[in-house]
Amino acid sequence: MYDVIIIGAGVTGCAVARYLSRYQGKMLVLERAEDVCCGTSKANSAIIHAGFDAAHGSLMAEMNVRGNRMVPQLARDLDFPFQMNGSLVVCMSEEDMPRLRALYENGVKNGVEHLEIVDSKRLHELEPNVSKNAVAALWAPTGGIVCPFNMTIALAENAYANGVEFRFNTKVTGFTRGSGCWTIHTDGGDFQTRYVVNAAGVYADVLHNMVSEERKLHITPRRGDYCLLDKQTGGFVSHTVFQLPGKLGKGVLVSPTVHGNIIVGPTAIDIEDRDGTNTTAAGLDDLIAKAGISVDNLPIRQTITSFAGLRAHEDHHEFVIGEVGDAPGFIDCAGIESPGLTSAPAIGETVAELLREKMGLAEKENFIATRKGLLDPKTLSREEYQALIRENPAYGQIICRCEQVTEGEIIDAIRRPLGARSLDGVKRRTRAGMGRCQAGFCSPRVMEILARELGVSQAEITKCGGASRLIVGVNKDSIGEVREG
Amino acid sequence: MKYEIAIIGGGPAGLAAAIAAYDAGCRSILILERDNQLGGILNQCIHNGFGLHTFGEELTGPEYAARFAKQVLDRGIEYKLNTMVLSISEDKKITAVNRTDGLIEIEATAVILAMGCRERSRGALNIPGFRPAGIYSAGTAQRLVNIEGFLPGRRVVILGSGDIGLIMARRMTLEGAKVLVVAELMPYSGGLKRNIVQCLNDFDIPLKLSHTVVDIQGRERVTGVTIAEVGPDRKPIPGTEIHYDCDTLLLSCGLLPENELSRGMGVTISPVTNGPVVDESLQTNIPGVFAAGNVLHVHDLVDFVSEEAAAAGRAAARYLEQGSQSGAGEINVTFEGGPRYTVPASIDPKRVSDDLVIRFRVGGVMKNRRVRLYLDDEVVVSRKRPVMAPGEMEELKLTKEALAAHPDLKRIHIAVEEA
Repeated sequence: MYDVIIIGAGVTGCAVARYLSRYQGKMLVLERAEDVCCGTSKANSAIIHAGFDAAHGSLMAEMNVRGNRMVPQLARDLDFPFQMNGSLVVCMSEEDMPRLRALYENGVKNGVEHLEIVDSKRLHELEPNVSKNAVAALWAPTGGIVCPFNMTIALAENAYANGVEFRFNTKVTGFTRGSGCWTIHTDGGDFQTRYVVNAAGVYADVLHNMVSEERKLHITPRRGDYCLLDKQTGGFVSHTVFQLPGKLGKGVLVSPTVHGNIIVGPTAIDIEDRDGTNTTAAGLDDLIAKAGISVDNLPIRQTITSFAGLRAHEDHHEFVIGEVGDAPGFIDCAGIESPGLTSAPAIGETVAELLREKMGLAEKENFIATRKGLLDPKTLSREEYQALIRENPAYGQIICRCEQVTEGEIIDAIRRPLGARSLDGVKRRTRAGMGRCQAGFCSPRVMEILARELGVSQAEITKCGGASRLIVGVNKDSIGEVREG
Repeated sequence: MKYEIAIIGGGPAGLAAAIAAYDAGCRSILILERDNQLGGILNQCIHNGFGLHTFGEELTGPEYAARFAKQVLDRGIEYKLNTMVLSISEDKKITAVNRTDGLIEIEATAVILAMGCRERSRGALNIPGFRPAGIYSAGTAQRLVNIEGFLPGRRVVILGSGDIGLIMARRMTLEGAKVLVVAELMPYSGGLKRNIVQCLNDFDIPLKLSHTVVDIQGRERVTGVTIAEVGPDRKPIPGTEIHYDCDTLLLSCGLLPENELSRGMGVTISPVTNGPVVDESLQTNIPGVFAAGNVLHVHDLVDFVSEEAAAAGRAAARYLEQGSQSGAGEINVTFEGGPRYTVPASIDPKRVSDDLVIRFRVGGVMKNRRVRLYLDDEVVVSRKRPVMAPGEMEELKLTKEALAAHPDLKRIHIAVEEA
């Protein structure tokens, strides 16, 4: 019997797990994918929003602003990349100025600090590549950018270090309510727990509706298409440049990433398929057309990859956090769309606090509050790097040329707790394959390292778990005589 | 460490450059190679057809590479394998890393850039659809099949008719896979004619020109690919979609010179070739820094890579003796009627000590043309070309005699004209 089972190892589930792990109890995270950070958490704008956008008085606004304040310290504690690069919401016409001011007012009411409306001159000093037609902008210096993969992985690893169990490749199929406990049915057997935390992203409504009659939730997967540009374009903008929602729609952002790329996106296309993370030609065309509005001469031709993520858009555009009225012991974290990444630490803390109160959880004496990320030789001095290679020569072997990722880092990513099991798992942890050649050169070598480290044949190595095998056989295996000959 | 010449890359270009520099008298040469053997991409090109121009016989890629590697070994030229160059400074200090030496710094008097190229990825092509396993660039699939012995898929659609894609259509077929179609965005193939015949026609693999991939299906592994015809604007024409059930999509949609190191050291890059802008000695804008092979501009045949790289090797050796000559007499090579660029981009007649090859590609398929090379207003080369295509590199020889006959030369011009 578990005390708490969290369903979903995205950033919300992992944040809940991490904040809950400071308390005594038997906790488990169930995840249908093969790794943490496989859904919405892996495909988003990677922005730590300042908090001016969410409507004042909403839970979304509260969580956003609180999360924004928590992230800098959390990034230090858990060693994941974060930069407070500041956000600019660019206003393209005088007639839109009232809306820019309204956004400013909303932000001030939400408690966002240092907000300022800057005129065109100041705006272009701050960000020279912003469109010459821009008339003003809302400047939010507390906006930031983060590595969403390593933020999620860091939360998970820290939770794991503090005793939270993780079970992957396990899909929840139903619930049975007992007296004071829940049985969670999965394709990997049943699990008993006193409390359930539903952090199932675009599936959170499905799980919620399995246990509640009182209030049905409805989540629409809202697809966002993105383009990621070559690091050569790094520095094109240094702030996250949003378009003021206006007559041309919600607009798309152009932002640096913590790794030095430029990200452009997202579109907002409501779909039905909860796994419909496919980009479409129409979506990408729309994105490219909109991207150039707020900035001049966007080097969109330097795109190295495009991808799509799904926001879990709840009908009321509000976070649904708390115990379900007619399902005691079932805690929702539903409708966690943007600013969900920013809010995750606040949501984690809130839910952990709620459970502590309800269950009377006691604090652990030996809680480990910090976690060390992968050792990145690029952050070392020459002497330190030299010493590292002497100690472990794998750090002298570059595997991914584009991102200059060494074999040492890849081995670390695989061997560490909750380590990588697939090409994408390695990629999210180390960036191997995330560069301009998009794994063309390094994937055979990463497959080899994965097979060696995991003690399996290369034929078993997958891109992202499940049936995503990378190779299907050996040469000529379908040609009988040749094989026998 | 100090070397007179450091060569970045031990593929065909790097090897040929090293040999030529050695034969021109240089004895202090270091080749830096990131892979675990010399020869570069040739090691995975196990088909034949290499070396017809250089050796007068048809070799496989590894055989061709081995001949050059042997010459490097015979001369005792130094090289480091598994060594990745991380950066090069403008004053030619190279930072590299490997397992045994750790971080190393090499001071070179001359540098020859020979890093080769990479394949355009699915992401760079912005092909819509899912992102499952089973999407490979043709070269990655070639490595898996030819080096590792693995079959990356059984039912294959290939996008792009670049030479590697064509070669892989045949290879996958020979290894027991079914290649359903090769789709090419352009109305003409990007590969060599001989590869279309030998790799597609001989195996009854259809080539669909003016077609592209409009959707990729499959969440874990590719389950299907949809292609459609494109109009003159290269946009898909609705209603022309054809679906293929397949488990693999191979991409052979162009090669991009790998010039991140070059850019980092301040080498000027041509927006047309994505390679360095070079003069007649294949020298970049940085004196003593030369470039050759696919890092300079993507070639069709390795023989010409070797030839070009040998010229760069000789030029580097000459630079060691004479230093950089004044660039006062540089004439930009101009062109009209078809070429998109020339290598070299400029020529200083006073520095030309040997016959010079000018290479270029045209922007579209052209028939019944005549290529003329003008020195001032005089035609010094005139060649009839029944067919010219972007997939086949053109070359013209400018002799030193012709240059000597024009002591006050002002104009070097290539015109592609109606025959």
